[in-house]
Amino acid sequence: MDIGWYLTVSALIFAIGAGGVLTRRSPLVVLLCLELMLNAANLALIAFARMHGNAEGQIFAIIVMVVAACEVTIGLGVIVAMRRRRLPIDVDELRELQG
Amino acid sequence: MNSVKLFAWLTLAFPLAGTIALALIGPKLPGRGAGWLGSGALALSFAAAIGTLVSLQGLEHDHRQIVAVGWDYAKTVGVDAQISLLVDPLSVFMILVVAGVSTLIHLYSVSYMGSDAGYARFFAYLNFFVFSMLLLVLAGNFLLLIVGWAFVGAASYMLISFWYRRGTATQAGIKAFVINVLGDVGLVLGTYFIFKHSGTLDFLATFEGVQDDFAYNDADLVAGCILLLVGAFAKSAQVPLHTWLPDAMEGPTPVSALIHAATMVTAGVYLIARMHPLFEWAPIAANVGAIVGCVTLLVAGTIAIAVTDLKRVIAYSTMSQIGYMIMAVSAGAYAAGLFHLMTHAFFKALLFMAAGSVIAAMAGQQNLDKMGGFRRAMPFTFGCMVIGGLALAGVPPFSGFFSKDEILLLIGDRGGWYWILYVAGYVGALLTGVYTFRMIFRAFFGEPVAEARELEEGHLHHAELHTNPANDEVEDTDVGFPGPEHHIAEREPSMKFAMGVLALLATVGGLLQIPKVTHVIDHFLEPSFEDSTLYERHPSDGLIAIGLVLGAAIAVAGIAIAYYIWVKNPQIAVRARERLAPLHRFLVNKWYFDELIDLLIVRPAQWFGAWAQQTFERVVVNGLLVGGTTGVVRAGSSAVRAAQTGFLRYYAALIVVGIVAMTFYFLLVS
Repeated sequence: MDIGWYLTVSALIFAIGAGGVLTRRSPLVVLLCLELMLNAANLALIAFARMHGNAEGQIFAIIVMVVAACEVTIGLGVIVAMRRRRLPIDVDELRELQG
Repeated sequence: MNSVKLFAWLTLAFPLAGTIALALIGPKLPGRGAGWLGSGALALSFAAAIGTLVSLQGLEHDHRQIVAVGWDYAKTVGVDAQISLLVDPLSVFMILVVAGVSTLIHLYSVSYMGSDAGYARFFAYLNFFVFSMLLLVLAGNFLLLIVGWAFVGAASYMLISFWYRRGTATQAGIKAFVINVLGDVGLVLGTYFIFKHSGTLDFLATFEGVQDDFAYNDADLVAGCILLLVGAFAKSAQVPLHTWLPDAMEGPTPVSALIHAATMVTAGVYLIARMHPLFEWAPIAANVGAIVGCVTLLVAGTIAIAVTDLKRVIAYSTMSQIGYMIMAVSAGAYAAGLFHLMTHAFFKALLFMAAGSVIAAMAGQQNLDKMGGFRRAMPFTFGCMVIGGLALAGVPPFSGFFSKDEILLLIGDRGGWYWILYVAGYVGALLTGVYTFRMIFRAFFGEPVAEARELEEGHLHHAELHTNPANDEVEDTDVGFPGPEHHIAEREPSMKFAMGVLALLATVGGLLQIPKVTHVIDHFLEPSFEDSTLYERHPSDGLIAIGLVLGAAIAVAGIAIAYYIWVKNPQIAVRARERLAPLHRFLVNKWYFDELIDLLIVRPAQWFGAWAQQTFERVVVNGLLVGGTTGVVRAGSSAVRAAQTGFLRYYAALIVVGIVAMTFYFLLVS
C-alpha cells in the first residue's frame, strides 16, 4: 500500500486531536485529544519505519508511548486532585497563572 | 646573576619574608620571639645592603649603575612595565641608611613594645614598612616607584593607627593616608606627563632622553616635575601638605622614629635627587621645590618653639630638617642634602628613642608642661638626648653641624636670589637650637616632677588609670590600646644598645664629609650624578670659613638663648607668652594650617558634596538614570505581561498556529 494513505490517516487523526485540544474545555477531553495527536505521530513514525525497512521509527514510537503513559498518569492524577479539592473542572476557569 | 643584583634582591627579600613569617607564625612565638624575628630579618637585610655596597664598590667607577631586571610584568601598547631595580650609589646609600637605622629601631621596639597585646602585628607592620621603603628607593622605573610609594603610605596608615581603638590615633592615620594619596595622585600624574614625551617608564632611559624629548623648561616637563613635587611634599611633609606629620605622633614612639628617621619622610628628598636630570632641565620646578623647602623649615621651626607635646616638638624639627634637605636637593646640592638625610636619620632616631624613654618614665604622658628634672633619674637617656640635640642644633663636631653647613654653603655658592634661602637657612638654624634645647631643658632640667623623683628612688612610675594623653579618655590595656607596662632605656639592654650605636653615629657621622678635608659622600655618590651640571662645585675658601664659623656661632647662640629663657629666668617665658599672646596663639595653633585647609578645601568640598547630593544625585542619578531605567523596564514588561493570559487553549492555539506557519514557510522555501 502507498505510504500516502497512512500519512493521510495520521494527518486526519492529528488534526482531530488538535481541534479537540483547542475547542474542548474539559481537561479530561483535552488529555484524550492529546493522546490522539501523539498516536497520530506514532502512526506516521511506524509507517516511515516500514517504508525504510528499519526499526528506528518503531523504537521512537515505543518511547512516545512510554512518555504518553507517564503524561496520562500525571494528567489524570492532577484531575483527580482537582476534583477532591472541588476546583472547577474547566481549563478556562483555571487561569491563575496570568501576567 | 652577578653579586650586586643578588644582594640587591636579597635586601628586598628579607623584610618581605619577615613580614610574611610574622603574619603567619608571629603570634604563636613565645615571649619576645616575634620582635627578635623581625629584627633578625632587618639585620639580614642590612647585611645584604652592605654586600651590595661592597660588590658595587668593586666595580669600575663608570659602571656603577646596574639595572637588575626581575621579569616583565606587562608589555602592551607601548608600555614596557618591568620589575626592575636600579642599583647605583644613590640607591645603595639609601638602602644602607634605611636598613641600618630601621634595624636599630626594631631592636629598640623589641623591648619598648614588650607588653603590647599586638606585639607580633606591630613587627609585621614594621617589616612591611621597611620593605616598602626599600622597594621605593631600589625601584628601577616609575611603575615600581609608584608601587613602593603607595605601599609606604599604606604601611604608615597601619602603623599610625596601630592602637586602633584609640579614636585620635585612627583619625591621625586617616589624615596621613588621605594626604599621602593626594601625593600619590601627584606622582602618577607627573609620571604621565613625563611618559607622554619620553615613551618609557625606565629611569635611565628617561634621564638619557630628557634633553631630546623636552625643550629647556618645557611646559609639560615643568608641570610633570611640579606634580612629582606634590608627591614629594605629601610624603616629606612640606607646606602645605604637612599637617599629617604632627598628628602621626599618635602612633607608638618607635613608629615615629621610623617614619621620621629612616623611612617615609625622606622619600621626597630621594625622589628629587633621583629625578635630578629632569629638575635640572626644568629649573622653574626645582626653584619651586627650593622655596617650599625654605618656607617649611621656617614655619616648622617657629611652631616647634610653641608646642608643648614632647614628640610634636621633634616632629616639627623633622619637618624643618626635611625642609633643609628638600631645599638642598632642589638647589642642586645633592650630596649635601643626602648627607644631611643620613646624619638626620641618626640623630632623629636617637631623639625619638630618648623621647620614648622619657614618655615611658612618665607612663605615657607626653606633655612637656608636666615634665621636668629627669636629668638625674635617667642619665643615659639624658646623655643620648643631649647628643641628639647637639647634632640637631648643629654644634661642632656633631654630625648635624657638617651636613647643615654643607647645604647652606652650596646654596650660598649659587648666588643670585639663593642668598635669601641662605639667610633663611641660618635663621632656621637659630630656631633649631632654641627649640631643641627648650625641649631638653624643660624635660631634664628644673625641679624634678613626682615621676622623676619616684624613678630616682628606683621605682618606675606606673599609672593607675591608663588614659589617652591627647584627650584623657580612660583606656584598658587590651589589644588596640597601649600595653600595661612601660620600658625605659636605663633598664632594657636592647634599647640601650640601639641608642648607644645611634649616639655614636650622631657624634662621628659628620666626619665623613668635612669641607676641604674629607669627601667620602661626595665621591661615593658621584656616579649617580655624573650627568649633573651642578654637582662638582667648589665654593670659595672665604665662604667655607664664614659658613663654619657662622654655623657654629648660631648653634651655640640658639642654645644660649634657650638656656637663658628656660633655665636661667623661667619667668621670661611666662611673661613673653602673656606679652605676645596673639603670636603665641598663632604658633600654638600651628599657623592655623589645619583651619586654613579646612576652610579652603574641606568645607567647599563638603558644600559641593551636599549641593551635588541635592541636585545631581536626586535629579539626574535618582530621577533620570535610575528612574528612567526602571520606567523602560516596567513599560516593556507590562506589554509582555499582557500576552500571559492564563488561558490554556490560547497557548495551545498559539503553538499550533506557530507550527503551521513554520511548516508553510519551510514548504514555500524548499
